[in-house]
Amino acid sequence: MSSAILKPLPRWADVVLLPILNLALAFIVSGLVVLAIGQDPLAALNAIVTGAFGNGYNFGYTLYYSTNFMFTGLAVAVAAHAGLFNIGGNGQAYIAGLGVIAVALPLQFLPWWITFPIAIVAGAAVGGLWGFIPGWLQAKRGSHVVITTIMFNFIAAAIMVYMVVNVLKPAGILAPESAMIAPEGRMPKLGAFIPWFKNTDVNFTLVLALVCLVGAYILIWHTRFGFAMRALGQNPTATRYAGMSNSRIIMIVMTMSGALAGMVAVNQVVGVQYRLVLDYVADAGFVGIAVALMGRNHPVGILLAAVLFGALYQGGNELQYVIPGLSKEMVVVIQALVILFTGAMEGLFRPGLQRIFMTLSPQQKAGAIEANSVKSGS
Amino acid sequence: MDLGLVLSTLDATLRLSTPLLLACLAGLYSERAGVFDIGLEGKMLASAFAAAAVAAVTANVWLGLLAGLAVSITTAGLQGAAAITLRGNQLIAGVAINMLAAGLTTFLGIQWFGQGGRTPQLPVSGRFQNIDLPFANELAGVPVVGQIYSELISGHNILVYIAFLAVPITWWVLYRTRFGLRLRAVGENPKAVDTAGISVTRLRYQAVLITGFLCGLAGAFFSIAQGSGFGNNMTAGKGFIALAALIFAKWKPVPAMFTCLLFGFLDALQIRLQGTSIFGVGVPVQAIQALPYILTVILLAGFIGKAVGPKAGGVAYTKER
Amino acid sequence: MSSDTPMGDPIAQRPQVAAASSAAASDLAIELIGINKRFGAVHANKDIDLQVRRGTVHGIVGENGAGKSTLMSILYGFYTADSGEIRVNGTPHAITDSRHALALGIGMVHQHFMLVDNFSILENVVLGAEDSAMLGPSLDRARKELTRLAKEYRLDVNPDAIIEDVSVGTQQRVEILKALYRGADVLILDEPTGVLTPAEADDLFRVLRTLRDQGKTIILITHKLREIMAITDYVSVMRQGAMVDTLKTSETNPEQLAELMVGRRVLLRVEKTAAKPGDTFLSVENLVVKDDLGVTRVKDVSFTVRAGEIVGIAGVAGNGQSELLESISGMRDQTSGIVRLKGTPLSLEGDDGAHRARKAGLAHVPEDRQRMGLITAFEEWENAMLGYEDDPAYGKGIILDSAAAQAEARERIKKFDIRPANERLKTANFSGGNQQKIVLAREMERNPDVLIVGQPTRGVDIGAIEFIHNQIIKMRDAGKAILVVSVELDEIRSLADRILVMFDGQIVGEADPATATEGELGLMMAGVTDKKAAAPARVAAQGQGS
Repeated sequence: MSSAILKPLPRWADVVLLPILNLALAFIVSGLVVLAIGQDPLAALNAIVTGAFGNGYNFGYTLYYSTNFMFTGLAVAVAAHAGLFNIGGNGQAYIAGLGVIAVALPLQFLPWWITFPIAIVAGAAVGGLWGFIPGWLQAKRGSHVVITTIMFNFIAAAIMVYMVVNVLKPAGILAPESAMIAPEGRMPKLGAFIPWFKNTDVNFTLVLALVCLVGAYILIWHTRFGFAMRALGQNPTATRYAGMSNSRIIMIVMTMSGALAGMVAVNQVVGVQYRLVLDYVADAGFVGIAVALMGRNHPVGILLAAVLFGALYQGGNELQYVIPGLSKEMVVVIQALVILFTGAMEGLFRPGLQRIFMTLSPQQKAGAIEANSVKSGS
Repeated sequence: MDLGLVLSTLDATLRLSTPLLLACLAGLYSERAGVFDIGLEGKMLASAFAAAAVAAVTANVWLGLLAGLAVSITTAGLQGAAAITLRGNQLIAGVAINMLAAGLTTFLGIQWFGQGGRTPQLPVSGRFQNIDLPFANELAGVPVVGQIYSELISGHNILVYIAFLAVPITWWVLYRTRFGLRLRAVGENPKAVDTAGISVTRLRYQAVLITGFLCGLAGAFFSIAQGSGFGNNMTAGKGFIALAALIFAKWKPVPAMFTCLLFGFLDALQIRLQGTSIFGVGVPVQAIQALPYILTVILLAGFIGKAVGPKAGGVAYTKER
Repeated sequence: MSSDTPMGDPIAQRPQVAAASSAAASDLAIELIGINKRFGAVHANKDIDLQVRRGTVHGIVGENGAGKSTLMSILYGFYTADSGEIRVNGTPHAITDSRHALALGIGMVHQHFMLVDNFSILENVVLGAEDSAMLGPSLDRARKELTRLAKEYRLDVNPDAIIEDVSVGTQQRVEILKALYRGADVLILDEPTGVLTPAEADDLFRVLRTLRDQGKTIILITHKLREIMAITDYVSVMRQGAMVDTLKTSETNPEQLAELMVGRRVLLRVEKTAAKPGDTFLSVENLVVKDDLGVTRVKDVSFTVRAGEIVGIAGVAGNGQSELLESISGMRDQTSGIVRLKGTPLSLEGDDGAHRARKAGLAHVPEDRQRMGLITAFEEWENAMLGYEDDPAYGKGIILDSAAAQAEARERIKKFDIRPANERLKTANFSGGNQQKIVLAREMERNPDVLIVGQPTRGVDIGAIEFIHNQIIKMRDAGKAILVVSVELDEIRSLADRILVMFDGQIVGEADPATATEGELGLMMAGVTDKKAAAPARVAAQGQGS
């Protein structure tokens, strides 16, 4: 009851204060876990921060992880604006590797700046297809995109194992992986240009990620399609009334979402590993959910949240060397708590904050009365 | 194929179906009450770890089971708090629970046992043993019927029997009790339940806690019945297959059993088929692994029948003005 | 609400004259004293006193949003009052929840039925009133009890029928049976006739009279004065959250009640000249439309609308009008039939049918603004272009020029006097009337040949009604073809140049608003088309209100 009548928070509180409070809570709870097992949470935090930002090497790796999370975060956010929960970022990012490797190997002796755009298109196409099918199924057949994308994650995993082991693995290699891409076709690491990042995995795909962030901003707020897509997310009956084709929007959005997730494959396959290996996505698709939630589905927020989670991952890797008892899974716990608090337990802080804001400002109180009295009902 | 081979495949089917069935029925309670649960996997994993950890330390399988149940029910309570009391997004709550379980089990496992996330090998007293049903040995000699009884039906651990017993119990609860009537009603039209003077919140919590209990049994099955200890991510997506089975069974208990048996059979088949071929054609094992997911997608899309879930599913209940 | 009625209104200041005040306390089934309820800033019930005599039908009238439903929800324990006292049979009770109210013998039939669609009638009746943890005995008892109630109150139902398979009228019976099964002595009905055909409504009134004669107390919430006059013994009038007056029905009349409800004389007729119909702009031929559940709701409907005329479609809600509108405007696929605009058939299939309809010059003001016509979370200017976002005026190529769209929105705000005049304000923060103006401005300013309007003034405050009606007439006078659908018969009669009556998915008759009486229209709306045969049978309930 009470939540319905409280005045909405000021925008800055909604986009900045609330996420920070939720993040703080996630850290505090994680800290208590660390404390409970007899370790020092502050030392752990210090180790994570140093491990993530301490030097160029650390920061380079932070940015490498962030690159993936920007893509998966955007994938979740773009779909979310259209009211779709794409939980299949993992599968889309994974299967896109097939597209990337399929062009990267034949073209491996061409210069990277030719291979790169082609790999992007191929990755986007295959990842996009893996988003399109659930989109099509929802638009035309009415199956819930959440369930379908979950199923598609597993189907992708099965296909990838089959493809890598039975098709792509060259004879005579034991490990389940494809052949290596020749050095000419590999994407340059940023360390080649910026010495600070020497020997780290951050590569040119980061630039692509930044371009995608800007592109998504323009798409969502400054194009006709973005308008249609946000309209669908808010009120699908109204878009039907307006004559925007809901099914078309769903299919396009899911394709774009899958294509964005598919860019992870570009980063991993031509940017870092130079071959297709199993499980290279790790859980980047799921981290994308946390990133999008934290970043309030806004490209700027996603950028910041992606760097935050990149830092947590890189810092978490270093953590286990600094404090032997603490493993990097600590980061997964923090991330889960962020999703829990920002995504599912929003109601924890919001009503309280709204009350604080209402009592703080009598002017706002009057405004709320005015705003509410015009839509009073019986 | 000879009877022995058939029976051993079916025997494996029963074993592999058990956690699916428990998790599937778990999901049934909460989804029938209108709370979507994609966190079945996480609750199972948490229970599997807790059960194995306690069983390893105490060498007592029952204490292990209790710990698994307690952790799973607590996790369900947390999910309930998010989805019911705080009216959060039920799907995101499920994602968070899965991730939390994956992170915490490994993290605590490494911390406590120092074996890369695994718990120590359990002693005999820390595991559920297979139970020989009465006269199993005596009847083993009787052709077909006796063989089926002694080889297929007898000789499973107690959780297998509990799982299959849970099917008629669930059916009875759902369709023959007051609680079941209210549970089905609250998933379809919570406002009707509210105006009838029944607390929607209480009903949904009850449902979610039952879900936690059954997930606890399913998780314990992995680590202290079928296995002898916890391994990283040992539930391996079974919670999602259970979810698929729930949809496939259209949220009904008896079809849920048959779907879980089918999916369990597919699992048994792919294990049996590793490296072999049927009818001279090499069927990729992965194709069989993916089959439950593919079948569910096809069903959801309405190509074979139509799966429509409880109407109020996924939506938090708010008294409207 | 709010700005239309000045606070110094004499009626608002009028002292409480409780008609039942002379009654001995023992005669009162329900007594509410000083009830207050706020929803945040909204004062939904202001210091309400109400006395309801046992064995009477007590009506509560008021406009939408007057606080009637809130008050009754408090009595039923769905909400708790902030302050005040509830007395049931003379004893004060703090009613905490619906279960408590039921235990005190108070039952409620909600406007939107509280039924579980895939349950049987029996299961619905039993839900929440089970005898024991086992279901069997409860169901057996309920089956016997339903037979008894059916006999006593003539409320026959098939206990094993599934709710989604039975008619709306039957569903309402189930709601009444639910309350009676729980031993209700006081029965609250919230806008019970909104979804019923006149025949079903008559049947309901018959049941209510029987219940009253058997000693039950009925509280009837409605905004239809006709019903108040037809069935109630006492009537209480609410306005803007306050109780204005309680009167004996036999001592009042609709005009007085209307005045009490709105606080000033209402101008019911719209000033307009005679129509000068021109060419046929819209023609609908043999249209058949199904609803979401696959039920045929529009059955072979044909009609035309000519330039310079307003055609009104009258009918009880739920007789296919919504599906008709949605189909003509391209929101809903048609099963068969043709819709022509100036002779050219429109291609309306697919989920972008509405887009093609608009392109062809057919604008649509939907029935339900909030659900269809607006995205309330968007800013005003975004809604001002909804459906026209591909107009080149809003930017080149795929890019949307928000500055251009906002400038245009500002102009329209001025022209249609939309308040507050701020195109960057969230649409949810505009009142119902202003929201409707946003939609009207958007659809009218495109200069369409055909305008179809559903429920033009639903939920709109009195001040805006006049404005909206005048705008529609202006469009007509500019030579446009206009189709209006409304469940408010008064609105159709005053606005339309030609009335078509829709019943059970068909156009059952045509009438001239100048000559047709409300009674004749009412019969047509009930599906009685043979005027001669039916005329003598006109029931009292129909005649009294007008």
